[in-house]
Amino acid sequence: MADLTVNFAGIKSPNPFWLASAPPTNMGSMVERAFDAGWGGAVWKTLGEPIRNVCSRLAAVDMGPQRMMGLNNIELITDRPLEVNLKEIRECKRKYPKHALIISLMVESKREAWHEIAKKVEDTGADGVELNFGCPHGMSERGMGAAMGQVPDYTCMVTEWVKEATRLPVIVKLTPNVTSITPPGRAAVRGGADALSLINTINSVMGVDLETMIPHPNVNGMAAHGGYCGPAVKPIALNMVSELARDPEIGIPISGIGGISTWRDATEFLLLGATTVQVCTAVMHYGYRIVEDMIDGLSNYLDEKGFRSVNEIIGHSVRRITDWGNLDLNYKTVARIDHKICIQCNLCHIACEDGAHQCIPFTEIEGKRFPIVDEAECVGCNLCYLVCPSPGCISMVRLDDGSRPLTWRELTTRQPETMTAD
Amino acid sequence: MSTRHDSPISIEQIERNFREIAPALTAADAIFEANRCVYCYDAPCTRACPTHIDVPAFIKKIASGNLVGSARVIFDANPIGATCARVCPVDVLCEGACVEKTLMDKPIEIGRLQRYATDYVMSRERDVFQAGAPNGKTVGIIGSGPAGLSCATYLARLGYGVTIYDRRPLAGGLDTYAMAEYKMPMRVSVDEARMAERLGVEFKLNTEIGRDISLADLEAAHDSIFLGVGLGETSRLNIPGEDLPGVYDALHFIERIKTRDWANIPIGRTVAVIGAGNTAIDAVTQAKRLGAERVLMIYRRSQREMPAYEYEYELAKKDAVEFWWQTAPVAILSDSETPRVAALRCVRMDLGEADASGRRTSAPVPGSEFEIPVQMVIKALGQQKRRSFFEQIQGVELDNAGRLRVNPETMQTDNPKYFAGGDCVNGGREAVDASQAGKLAAQGIHLSLTGEKVEFAGARLPLHEETSGIKAH
Repeated sequence: MADLTVNFAGIKSPNPFWLASAPPTNMGSMVERAFDAGWGGAVWKTLGEPIRNVCSRLAAVDMGPQRMMGLNNIELITDRPLEVNLKEIRECKRKYPKHALIISLMVESKREAWHEIAKKVEDTGADGVELNFGCPHGMSERGMGAAMGQVPDYTCMVTEWVKEATRLPVIVKLTPNVTSITPPGRAAVRGGADALSLINTINSVMGVDLETMIPHPNVNGMAAHGGYCGPAVKPIALNMVSELARDPEIGIPISGIGGISTWRDATEFLLLGATTVQVCTAVMHYGYRIVEDMIDGLSNYLDEKGFRSVNEIIGHSVRRITDWGNLDLNYKTVARIDHKICIQCNLCHIACEDGAHQCIPFTEIEGKRFPIVDEAECVGCNLCYLVCPSPGCISMVRLDDGSRPLTWRELTTRQPETMTAD
Repeated sequence: MSTRHDSPISIEQIERNFREIAPALTAADAIFEANRCVYCYDAPCTRACPTHIDVPAFIKKIASGNLVGSARVIFDANPIGATCARVCPVDVLCEGACVEKTLMDKPIEIGRLQRYATDYVMSRERDVFQAGAPNGKTVGIIGSGPAGLSCATYLARLGYGVTIYDRRPLAGGLDTYAMAEYKMPMRVSVDEARMAERLGVEFKLNTEIGRDISLADLEAAHDSIFLGVGLGETSRLNIPGEDLPGVYDALHFIERIKTRDWANIPIGRTVAVIGAGNTAIDAVTQAKRLGAERVLMIYRRSQREMPAYEYEYELAKKDAVEFWWQTAPVAILSDSETPRVAALRCVRMDLGEADASGRRTSAPVPGSEFEIPVQMVIKALGQQKRRSFFEQIQGVELDNAGRLRVNPETMQTDNPKYFAGGDCVNGGREAVDASQAGKLAAQGIHLSLTGEKVEFAGARLPLHEETSGIKAH
């Protein structure tokens, strides 16, 4: 069985599966139950000056029968007294010395305030701190959370303050509500961050109740934008994680967050450069128990692929992500439909007809009418393959005419007039 | 009528036995099932449906929460869509063609989803169509069964004054009086007739042509006449004892069940049903539900020749019906004291080669006669054609099998004033086939009276008719 232990910026963890700072890590008894269930680490619900929450706080988007494809919340940081949290953190760390216990922090933008809380946390024996520069609702209106993360200079400055006050590893949690994740990521590094975690939640309005015409979640007839998370945000998170993982100016460990529900999701984050992953929505949906299959699935995957340690796959696929201009223009695939397992739903036909390149006409085979690809016209876009409900029916086949790879960059260097083409 | 209650089981038990076999979907079931539909393009289910309902469209509307729109899609192509949702042989039509059946042998429950959408509007009396502006023309429709109701609905939508004549007290024809009670109660088709009524269709019930109103009067009153008269009486066995008390015609037996007056519905301890079509299955399964201890299905040929649908046969097997293959009745015998059914004398049959119709011939095995004690015999031999009725109408022609001859596109008979559809034209098929015929006839009548071509939803396959051989009914 492969070794799942990781060392994240000096923080040792029995596996890369951590709970994100959120309702599932609200207090000691919860974090302890999570550790018992198998979670390798937990980021405690953000500490700061206790706040007052509103009711209600959560809303979701469903996708057909799949509930909570996306979840949004307008809950704030902890509403429990600081001293109570610190006491429980100390007890929890004493009971679970081998687990990673990270404390999320958010206080007003004053050097003394950050110094004070960082010291108090260090005193509990916790393994590290995570600076919450990402919370997009409520706290940001008070100059905290995303208000820090959206201004790289502030990100750098506060990171420096915390580093001045503690020897604990400092993780900076980034907000995705920026046009590019690179400047805030680099700013955290400049401020001395030991690691990054991302993404925090995305600004979102979840929808409108068509009966009452009041948006969700309803707070006495009104709503405010909240933070979006859950399976729907995973591709956005993967993009941002891999952007930073392939930035040579970053060079510090990343904890990947955003829509992770299964070991598969987690493994994708690891392959794209995350050393640990953090999970929230899936636990809010199904409970701590989901970590069992995450551990089991990752472990079996590593065994089957012949890896002895999870560390061998971290960042494995980062080099497979590049800029569009470096992609091979001469690579050619076409779709092939195996009519023997075609169920004749014709989704490929109509998708190609109305959404792509009109190259899947009907062809009569043995008295039945099948959608069959006109390979000469097929541009290899994948759409038919993506819509086909019959497993294995459509495959994308490489047509190799022997031509050498050619990228847009190479092409435009050789033929500058191509610059104007798409 | 005095309460007799022949059944050995309690009325409460009978009531339980007659619970619907395909109950209504819950909202959660419906959403789940609707979302399972892959939304095929030029869908096989739509092709397989004789009325070509745009099935993926109505299912996606259920998924999106647009139930009124969903019901409109259904009723647009099939005015008796609520009845068909319950009684259609979906296994050999839409659900049999479903790609989810091909993929994982679990077709989308199209019938029950159709019921879900149609129940929604019918329970609210939310009409999804309006009558057209009156065009001053009137059409008389004989028979309020599926063909007549369908034809009437489309004509009312076009602005015709429509009057339906039916000899029975309730509208709906066989949909009301002959559907197995565990599939559908009378209320559903009666409510469908009410929908037509709200479109302005006038119903003259308890009105028999030739007795209460003459054909000549009908012809004088209407610009066109549609014949949706169905078939006649159940065929006779032509064996001794056929008229003894205790011998029933399957349609009459089922009609008694439709009253749900359980105490007054006759049932024997041992019941023999003669025939092996779908009506025979309805008879055996309901005889069992009424409390008969033994129910025998007597058929002259073998299981392979049985005309009933496979899933109907499965249903009968589940009800522990005894199948007597290659057995033919030769006489119904009575007790010496009372003139009542006491036994059925049968003979074993030998099967020969297939005849011109493809069915194997059968011949009695000499000396193989035997008697089975039974208290009730139900004849389910199919219905006779209504030749004598049609002989009264000038100019209409019948084919060799006694079916009315029509132009298959316009449903016009050889007498241009008369149109026809349903069992009297096709010889006896499903309600959904009759509904489609009613639709085509409405188009044909409109063309004949105005010269204008209209095409209602599902009148033809939406696409690619040239290859429509795929899983068509």
